[in-house]
Amino acid sequence: MSRTDDPLQPPTPAGRAITEPGDATVLEVRALQKSFGPTQVLRSIDLTVRRGQVVALIGPSGSGKTTVLRSLNGLEVPEAGIVHFAGSDAIDFASSPSRRELLGLRDHSAMVFQQFNLFPHRTVLQNVIEGPVQVQKRPVAEATADALALLERVGLADKRHAYPFELSGGQQQRVGIVRALALKPELLLFDEPTSSLDPELVGDVLEVIRELASEGWTMVLVTHELQFASHVADNVVFMDGGVVVESGPPSEVLVNPKNDRTKQFLHRLLDR
Amino acid sequence: MSQDTWDLLLQSFLPLVEGAIRGTIPLALASFALGIVIALGVALMRLSKVRVVSGIARIYVSIIRGTPLLVQLFVIFYGLPSIGLLLDPWPSAIIAFSLNVGGYAAEVIRAAILSVPKGQWEAGHTIGMSRLQTLRRVILPQAARVSVPPLSNTFISLVKDTSLASLILVSELFRQAEEIAAFSQKFMVVYIEAALIYWLICLVLSAGQSVLEKKLDRYVAH
Repeated sequence: MSRTDDPLQPPTPAGRAITEPGDATVLEVRALQKSFGPTQVLRSIDLTVRRGQVVALIGPSGSGKTTVLRSLNGLEVPEAGIVHFAGSDAIDFASSPSRRELLGLRDHSAMVFQQFNLFPHRTVLQNVIEGPVQVQKRPVAEATADALALLERVGLADKRHAYPFELSGGQQQRVGIVRALALKPELLLFDEPTSSLDPELVGDVLEVIRELASEGWTMVLVTHELQFASHVADNVVFMDGGVVVESGPPSEVLVNPKNDRTKQFLHRLLDR
Repeated sequence: MSQDTWDLLLQSFLPLVEGAIRGTIPLALASFALGIVIALGVALMRLSKVRVVSGIARIYVSIIRGTPLLVQLFVIFYGLPSIGLLLDPWPSAIIAFSLNVGGYAAEVIRAAILSVPKGQWEAGHTIGMSRLQTLRRVILPQAARVSVPPLSNTFISLVKDTSLASLILVSELFRQAEEIAAFSQKFMVVYIEAALIYWLICLVLSAGQSVLEKKLDRYVAH
């Protein structure tokens, strides 16, 4: 089995040579702006994600980090700024992009939600193959085989016929991750994936994310788990008030922050 | 009870049941099926962001809910011929009842669609589904579960409302009862018998509702 066909491995862009992780830009975001009514949530956000990189967005609540993530997936439409996935045309939000352009964003990324958002009327397996079969039009047998391999590796193959309400929060979130993986996206988006979990269930989910990171999946994650971010992220982006205040490797941003606001934020979290 | 009364009850039972089987039940089923299709369309129009579209749906619902069903029935059967539209009793009744169900059920379906959490739309979108696909495969199945109890009520009301069709010459259960009562002059006995048959039909429907709810319940957390 070649690397691209393995459901457990991150996909490589079609028609391009496999390059070493870290050298090719997957996503480029420039000057993203977004308001909700009178509140400007994103003032001007720049972000670069390279293949195989794990980018952690941190910051106080209301800083706009979830909005950035949702904008990358077309779940929010910014008023201005550019989102450019490698291999596609850049989307310039200032020139009111078409519906099709926005939907195109979802070919590149898939989201794992804080509240899991599994389909309650479908079994675990049905949840996972829904996208591959209905949207990507892959054969059911093939999608099912891939789904089972993915479920196997997160330890949930035996739950394939269970309905979401029969699972714990941690199990539901692992299904949520598998549902996103099954689409073979270039970029995985995690929106506070452990924030609605009971503390004792957080570990399993973080472990899965850690493994995905070490296998070379490219991901952007919004998290409050600074400890986890410092272990797993290649790049930490600290946001506050709709701007990127500071970004860099965890050893800089989390250990030796230069900006006062970053210092205050870390202080408050560590003092608890 | 006198022997005469018993005889009348027995003699009229079959004609009444025939009226139910040939009139009331098919009329209710056809009108409900059509009505739900109308209601789904109207509900989606109501949810449209285009003002004109949602406005039209709003006016439709308002008219249906704000005027008596009997008047709607008479407008279609007795009124339309004056503008050259002559409809037979059956089509008139089905049109009137399904338009009526369409108005009431539209509100039920709209509320049911709105009751599905926003995260379900987003989950559909993130796996690449269009809005229509998400509606069909994610939202409506969940909305259906929520709308079973209120729609059952609508259906049960409709079964009883079909008795109004007797006034536009549809030969259904109540029209049969009227004819037997007028002929025998035993109004109390015949109308009570008719009432009991309506009741029986509604009991069966209520039981069906419970079965359906249990079936749809299986994936909902308790």
